[in-house]
Amino acid sequence: MRKLMLSARSLGLILFVSAISIFTSMLFVGSYEVSSEDVKAALDDRSFELIGAELINEVGGQSFSNAFEFSEQVGVVLDKHNDKAKAAGEWDRVIWDKKHDFVAKLSAVGLDSSMRNSPGLWLFLTFGLGALGGLLFVLPGVVLLGPPGIKNDGIFHSAATNRGWIGWIVFGWLVSFYIVLYFFPDLTTNWAVITDPLSFAIKNKPGDRWFLYGLLYCTVMTVMAIRMFIKYRGNKYQILRTSSVLFFQIAFAFMIPELLSRFNMPAADFKNIWPLDYDFFFGWNLDTMLANGTFGIFMLFWGLILIIVVVPVMVYFFGKRWYCSWVCGCGGLAETLGDPYRQLSDKSLKAWKIERYLIHGVLVFAIIMTSATLYTWFSGDSEIAGIDTYNIQKTYGFLIGSVFSGVIGTGFYPVMGSRVWCRFGCPLAAYLGLVQRFKSRFRITTNGGQCISCGNCSTHCEMGIDVRAYAQRGQNIVRSSCVGCGVCASVCPRGVLKLENGPEVARIQDNPIIIGREGIQLSNNVTS
Amino acid sequence: MKHVVIIGNGIAGVTAARNIRKRCDYRISIISAETEHFFSRTALMYVYMGHMKFEHTKPYEDWFWKKNKIDLVFDRVDEVTFDAKSIHLSSGKSLSYDVLIFATGSKPNMFGWKGQDLAGAQGLYSYQDLLKLEENTDPPGTPLSKRTVTRAVVAGGGLIGIELVEMLLSRNVEVYFLVREKNFWGNVLPAEESKLIQDHMAEHHVNLFLEDEIAEINDDGNGRVGSVLTKSGKVIFCQLVGLTVGVSPNVDFLRSSGLEINRGIVVDQYLQTNIPDVYAIGDCAELKTPPQGRRPIEAVWYVGRMMGETVAESICGVRTEYRPGNWFNSAKFFDVEYQTYGDVPSAIADENTFLWRHPQKNVLIRLVCDNQNILLGINVFGIRLRHEVVDRWLNERRSMDYAVEHLADANFDPEFYKRHEADIVAFYNKKYWKELKPAKKDWRRILGKI
Repeated sequence: MRKLMLSARSLGLILFVSAISIFTSMLFVGSYEVSSEDVKAALDDRSFELIGAELINEVGGQSFSNAFEFSEQVGVVLDKHNDKAKAAGEWDRVIWDKKHDFVAKLSAVGLDSSMRNSPGLWLFLTFGLGALGGLLFVLPGVVLLGPPGIKNDGIFHSAATNRGWIGWIVFGWLVSFYIVLYFFPDLTTNWAVITDPLSFAIKNKPGDRWFLYGLLYCTVMTVMAIRMFIKYRGNKYQILRTSSVLFFQIAFAFMIPELLSRFNMPAADFKNIWPLDYDFFFGWNLDTMLANGTFGIFMLFWGLILIIVVVPVMVYFFGKRWYCSWVCGCGGLAETLGDPYRQLSDKSLKAWKIERYLIHGVLVFAIIMTSATLYTWFSGDSEIAGIDTYNIQKTYGFLIGSVFSGVIGTGFYPVMGSRVWCRFGCPLAAYLGLVQRFKSRFRITTNGGQCISCGNCSTHCEMGIDVRAYAQRGQNIVRSSCVGCGVCASVCPRGVLKLENGPEVARIQDNPIIIGREGIQLSNNVTS
Repeated sequence: MKHVVIIGNGIAGVTAARNIRKRCDYRISIISAETEHFFSRTALMYVYMGHMKFEHTKPYEDWFWKKNKIDLVFDRVDEVTFDAKSIHLSSGKSLSYDVLIFATGSKPNMFGWKGQDLAGAQGLYSYQDLLKLEENTDPPGTPLSKRTVTRAVVAGGGLIGIELVEMLLSRNVEVYFLVREKNFWGNVLPAEESKLIQDHMAEHHVNLFLEDEIAEINDDGNGRVGSVLTKSGKVIFCQLVGLTVGVSPNVDFLRSSGLEINRGIVVDQYLQTNIPDVYAIGDCAELKTPPQGRRPIEAVWYVGRMMGETVAESICGVRTEYRPGNWFNSAKFFDVEYQTYGDVPSAIADENTFLWRHPQKNVLIRLVCDNQNILLGINVFGIRLRHEVVDRWLNERRSMDYAVEHLADANFDPEFYKRHEADIVAFYNKKYWKELKPAKKDWRRILGKI
């Protein structure tokens, strides 16, 4: 039986690596050719009028053997056009699209590849095979892992989970994936077209890179959630929490927005909350909501209620965990795909200091950016204190919205642990954390007397909290960063830790007493 | 400024140092030859199993010691001259002290078995033992496919023994576990508790031999362990032998120094030895008159910590008696957690104890009372209890009835876990013809407000 399971696991790994390889190699296949009709179909009227002729002249009818060449040539045409317009001071003739976004419109119509011709097959060879391989890899755990319990054997011996060569390869792949996804949409046309069958079925529109990303997100989370169910079977808290994040991802982050889009309503993720949802107050979003009648007004009010009412009230009663490890999509990925890497977070005091500056810095940045946005929206003045609001938004979107939350936030899982974004960057986590620290019933209670300072709790804390430092002195843990994943309490071999909601009185203990030394009172603490 | 020297950087010595530093500005030196920095000994098993790296077992970052002006001396003490108040180190250096604290811990018992010094036979206590175990099973640079150890014998039916068994199984080494007693950890656990752990060991494919022990260890012809002959006459071929038959105080180097030593360093209730300004704490200390119901030597983490706190108080001015309060302890046997509070003897008259075991799961609770139904102790397996609440019950001399009724206050299991209070109370009522009702959890009671 054990041998059979091990073989299944190896087969799963082979299938999974094959699927990833096929997926990656799609970037390099397919030919591109656009006719004049294609150019007209791909561009909006204004762009076609401005640059259509040049494009047809320069690249029309030519065949390009890969996405890179096509992108380069179209890019040259666009640059030439814009340079000329700018040099002549004809600002109304400039095409302001990002270069790769512009090219992507043409790539989408010009692509000819096997993926375009048989998307179903390639969807199966990537998503299907990958998910199948993943399942074959994780399901044997039911037998291989033995009776329910803590299953961390060998994680620090493995090159995958201890920053070994596998970890670094995964790191490289993830970082590259996010860079390509966010910044080079013109290279990912094959990825988008293989989702066409599903995209048409769900929203009656062709697939695009965000549909692809949503689908990938849901697939990865599903497989890795199954892994969680097996790893933590016997631990109801972990199972419920994992089910919850998976549900909110599939229903709220993926299906509802796509279905709204099918019925030509503004798509919205109703569990996403400003400032994580940093463009909620952007002019175009406000305009969209206001232009969509009752539904739009509902969206606006729901968004405001989340920020003003739901966050403080829920954090007061349950701690920030209700969001971070039960609802949030970023948290959901961290708790499923990220779980094998949770132990890699830095627990040093120095890391905590950096964390506090960074995360609150991002919150301040988000508030400034949003204030400028609202000022511009209400006043119509595009500048505030001489700085262009659009530039602030663009900078935030690039640095925080894309690089920090995506490229670093997920890409760095295999080297810095699963919650890099949540810990160092998420402005919503900062907001939730402030409420949690100062006005909440949530705490991790410690049976300080029973602590043996083993360090399992700290090691497996994805947020890098040195849980042991509190546990060994019998002090409740009320840290703002705690997302309430509950793993510290799970891995504790002595039953020292319990996540719970209780009265505010006695929640914060400045001078904890450890049971078992009658007559000794502790004065101030040496570590502070 | 007084110079306090602490020999040993385990939990006892380090707790003493930290608490002295909190209270006064004496110069503090800690001497250890085991590791440069304090680590959690109880966590060594997790390093071997790959749950943690060694650095994770250090409760304080390396800068901590300098910041708190605690000098660390990475050296071995060869000899202490009490008259001159000086300590001689292996490096040739010597140190003088004003106050000396022995916190030298334990060493694994070796009973002079034939073959105990063969390569592949070892105890498990120190950091060096961990390195040796790694070397004995998977020497660095040797791929898994070339591993020579496929079977091990572990002797000794206590906590370290079962930990070593779990460690070896985590690396897929087949283990034969020899336990001298009739039941596992039978000198501490009542038979039902032992049975639960034995059943659980079977789930993990441990080959458990009760009432058997090592007669001799034989070599494989190359100076390494080859087989074990047990007292019942079994021959078990193996490549590794774990000798985990208890520990004893690590005091041999002090035997002829003038310090009063029995099994451990003899101390009074203030943890003072027979020599002025010299204290002993933790595993190496033997109490001349232990508190009621306690043993003279208690080699557990918590006792080391409590003694360290007490001795710091005494050294910094307020002479303080060692009063450890109610006994408590905990352990984890593979996947089953165990906590104990108060006094639960291994043999109890049936009228003084109530036991409930879950029909399928590894969940068990035992309460012990005196003849007036006053609660004396609780054992739990697979249930976590809130230390504060149980400790208060014991201090307030609550009845066993009260404890059973108010189990919800004491429950410390993670949220959403299946609760057993209703079943336990129902079973209790049946046994004692009572009509108790489980009380709902009440925060005011938990916090001691009512």
